[in-house]
Amino acid sequence: MSTTTAPFAEVASSNATLRAFLHGLPGVDRVGADARAAMLGTRSIKTTAKAQAIDLAISMVDLTTLEGADTPGKVRAMCAKAVHPDPTDPSVPRVAAVCVYPDLVATAVRALDGSGVKVASVATAFPSGRSSLDVKVTDTALAVAAGAAEIDMVIDRGAFLSGDYLKVFEEITVVKAACGGAGVARGEQGAHLKVILETGELATYDNVRRASWLAMLAGADFIKTSTGKVQPAATLPVTLIMLEAVRDFRLRTGRVIGVKPAGGIRTTKDAIKYLVLVNETAGADWLTPDLFRLGASTLLNDLLMQRQKMATGRYAGPDYFTLD
Amino acid sequence: MFEYAPAPESREIVDIKPSYGLFIGGEWVDSQGEDHHKTINPASEEVLAEVAWATEADVDRAVQAARTAFTTWSALPGSERAKYIFRIARIIQERSRELAVLETLDNGKPIRESRDVDLPLVAAHFFYYAGWADKLGYAGFGSDPRPLGVAGQVIPWNFPLLMLAWKIAPALACGNTVVLKPAETTPLTALAFAEICRQADLPPGVVNIVTGAGETGAALVNHPGVDKVAFTGSTEVGRMIARSVAGTRKKLTLELGGKAANIVFEDAALDQAVEGIVNGIFFNQGHVCCAGSRLLVQESVADEVLDALKRRLSTLRLGDPMDKNTDIGAINSAAQLAKIRELSEAGVTEGAERWSPPCPIPDRGFWFPPTVFTGVAQSHRIAREEIFGPVLSVLTFRTPAEAVEKANNTPYGLSAGIWTEKGSRILWMADRLRAGVVWANTFNRFDPTSPFGGFKESGYGREGGRHGLEAYLAV
Repeated sequence: MSTTTAPFAEVASSNATLRAFLHGLPGVDRVGADARAAMLGTRSIKTTAKAQAIDLAISMVDLTTLEGADTPGKVRAMCAKAVHPDPTDPSVPRVAAVCVYPDLVATAVRALDGSGVKVASVATAFPSGRSSLDVKVTDTALAVAAGAAEIDMVIDRGAFLSGDYLKVFEEITVVKAACGGAGVARGEQGAHLKVILETGELATYDNVRRASWLAMLAGADFIKTSTGKVQPAATLPVTLIMLEAVRDFRLRTGRVIGVKPAGGIRTTKDAIKYLVLVNETAGADWLTPDLFRLGASTLLNDLLMQRQKMATGRYAGPDYFTLD
Repeated sequence: MFEYAPAPESREIVDIKPSYGLFIGGEWVDSQGEDHHKTINPASEEVLAEVAWATEADVDRAVQAARTAFTTWSALPGSERAKYIFRIARIIQERSRELAVLETLDNGKPIRESRDVDLPLVAAHFFYYAGWADKLGYAGFGSDPRPLGVAGQVIPWNFPLLMLAWKIAPALACGNTVVLKPAETTPLTALAFAEICRQADLPPGVVNIVTGAGETGAALVNHPGVDKVAFTGSTEVGRMIARSVAGTRKKLTLELGGKAANIVFEDAALDQAVEGIVNGIFFNQGHVCCAGSRLLVQESVADEVLDALKRRLSTLRLGDPMDKNTDIGAINSAAQLAKIRELSEAGVTEGAERWSPPCPIPDRGFWFPPTVFTGVAQSHRIAREEIFGPVLSVLTFRTPAEAVEKANNTPYGLSAGIWTEKGSRILWMADRLRAGVVWANTFNRFDPTSPFGGFKESGYGREGGRHGLEAYLAV
């Protein structure tokens, strides 16, 4: 069942080999990682660079609603916004995707038909991941069958923290298989798999690095920081470590994995800091919606407000930006 | 590709006068000599201002002013002296943006560093020693330790205002008065500091600033009215000063050159170690006496570390020091650039392999690209002599004992760095390294509470912390 990339074919042959590999990765010094992220946070992105960064950030947004109160009406409204973030300005790019619960995937797919905006769905007993593998697979299959192009799964943090890395690995490979849906047999591409590490619960940077490698080895297309339901969610240092992981993974396997910080990114200033982090860590190759996403709900309006400020020289009031 | 647009800091905030006199007895006075020199912006070679080069007679006048002020200043209760020093610290904080811009213009260092490193440390140093002024009886030097008198202080051009703070703050806290000579290429922040002394209503003569070059420095150091000499700079000049002070009653502290080893073990947090290597040698264009100019990397990870280092160096941004995104600024002077070039060429001649990232160099000003030498042997000049520029020499080692042996195999002993995730190894190494500062999993971290100084030919005496008081007290 292993989908491991060739150079690491034997790594997941047992929990012992997997553990030996993950614990053999270089450690992360928290003070140094925090300092590096903070230094990159001081980059001053102005004028043309800022305009470019704002449009890039908009095109990378996974516009998200993950509430118990979500309804088809709410999702349709959000989809309209995803396609035309600013109805008065057609030059604003569309966002990368919308992200919803599995039962609302079909609604989103219909609303976004032909727009180019992808539908992502959380799955696998999101956000805690506390259920049986069968339920997680069924959850995934439901979203895929409804037309989700991307699946945001959560890892079993309990298994990870108890050292049962193989269990986490195997769950990812099984969910990855479920992402294929019925079409894979016909040669169709399956849904992209984003693996949520929930770094706020992994706590140490060493764990973040190990979980990143574990997910990549198991077949993740993207690694994602957080569900947004746990604090702290995305932080710059955690994203830095994940970007180092995808950079090193490409060097050793040739495979390119995406990164998605999610949760707590609310301002343009924050979003630009993430883009700088990508630019100076993994490199400019990652500055595309195919390889970097910003999971957010309120960020988009701030990006639009700053974009308009750059164009007109003044801020419009918040009532000029739609709330949906 | 994500290109950062120019983000220059505004220089409107600074007001540079066309010419400056000397600051003696709380007043601006003209030099008695005719010798005036231009100070330039090393990033553009543009003339910033003209300063006087003080003569022996000027220095004598400054020492007399300091001597006169000493009587009243040393008699003030420590709590009163503290008020002045705290006031200076607050003014520095309030004017920190202006001072950072001025430092960058005159020195060539990136504004990010003068803003985020130099100025916060300058203010912190004054705050820290202000706190000591009324607690000297509890510093371990007797119940009522007395000041020495007039301190003659000569500082270098690499951290002009920070070195001024290291010298002046403890001197004043202990009750001494000061005649300070800034470096000839970077006098402007010291002259701005003179204005701050006036703004703080510091009694006249407590701080005197005389600008000039080596002759002015010699006049100050040799003046019979000076009780204490403090020097930071090259080992060569330090030797001359030690000779001239020998046999006098003057107390002397020297903070001289270095050729520090930054030691990376195979079990280090490698991404952070690479950052530490970069910060160790490319911070401030390598114009750092405690720079980690020799990288000692364990042979088992040498290739991996060097690949990562080269990749990281390719992201360094060299250029206009006033741009907020610049990582590597200008070399401070044509003379220093010539010295860096000479030693780098010696490295090539001796058979080391030279590497620099692709890096456009501006047309005007003094610039040197970040440079890494691999295949360096202990016997090469680039492994032994202080280059004082953005040039790293890479050597390898096999065992901790070999790392210690190579690290200590230098006439210098100012600093060292250890990178390992193994705590016991840090302690084992630190016990054996003959260096005044040993950093563990970091490099070039400074704090006013931490003593700083050298072993062997890196000098003697300590600056910073409780230890730094000793140099300015009669103990």
